[in-house]
Amino acid sequence: MKTRVIHWFKFSSPQNFYFLAGRMWPWFAALAAVLMAVGLWISFFVAPTDAQQGQGYRIIFVHVPASQMSMFIYIVMAAWAGLGLAFNTRLSGMMASALAPTGALFAFLSLVTGALWGKPMWGAWWVWDARLTSELILLFLYLGFLALQSSIDDPRRADKACAVLALVGVVNVPIIYFSVKWWNTLHQGASVSLTSAPSMASTMLTGMLVMVVAFWMYSIAAALARVRSIILERERHTEWVKHAVE
Amino acid sequence: MQWNSVSEFFAMGGYALYVWGSFGLTAAVMLIEMVVIRNRRTELLRDLRNELCSESTTS
Repeated sequence: MKTRVIHWFKFSSPQNFYFLAGRMWPWFAALAAVLMAVGLWISFFVAPTDAQQGQGYRIIFVHVPASQMSMFIYIVMAAWAGLGLAFNTRLSGMMASALAPTGALFAFLSLVTGALWGKPMWGAWWVWDARLTSELILLFLYLGFLALQSSIDDPRRADKACAVLALVGVVNVPIIYFSVKWWNTLHQGASVSLTSAPSMASTMLTGMLVMVVAFWMYSIAAALARVRSIILERERHTEWVKHAVE
Repeated sequence: MQWNSVSEFFAMGGYALYVWGSFGLTAAVMLIEMVVIRNRRTELLRDLRNELCSESTTS
């Protein structure tokens, strides 16, 4: 590809974003790989054994990143969807639908790794606790978004319907986040908060944060790589796509 | 370093199923997602190129 001068406003058009995303996602993927290698090393070889939960607590290094990604991706998806409704930009709906599958996967991973943690620590795979139930609702919101998207043939109309669903569903995210405070839950409270000192060893915290950033990079890479296919699918009858695939 | 032997590492203090299950499933889901994204692109590019070929031969 030819080198070009970057004019940022240009990238709101699907055509330009297609090429930008193509140049960016390998970098995010590489960062994700490096950070995950470091994160896994800290998770298993640096972080100490937990006084109460022994080695079982190490699930935290995938459970927390997956859970926070599932919530954050939903907020970003709803923001793109809202932008699409407000400004009627084509790229917004494409980005929202590119984020949904990754978000759904993280919601699923959050629930399953949570079950794998709950069984040895609580003695149950699942309890109808406020935190767990609201996270399950988040998974259903993602699945609803994906089902609605695929049930409407016209992608622009599908974007609008999905945007409304995404925006209504965003109310669930603070419910998940604050559920451990608002209700008397079996799920433990926040491990990291802005207002108080972390309730864990510093190497545990470092490992968790490295994994969180790694999951961020992975999600960005996945969404950018996926949106390229969505752009090509939706713009398949335009001249630029014909030139791009030649 | 918390581990005295390789087998102790894999035993995870008795939590092997839960710890390795969580990490293994997360890795598997990510790998599958990457493969799905790659396949979607490969198939789409093939379709688009076929369309382009058939258009140029009919016109």
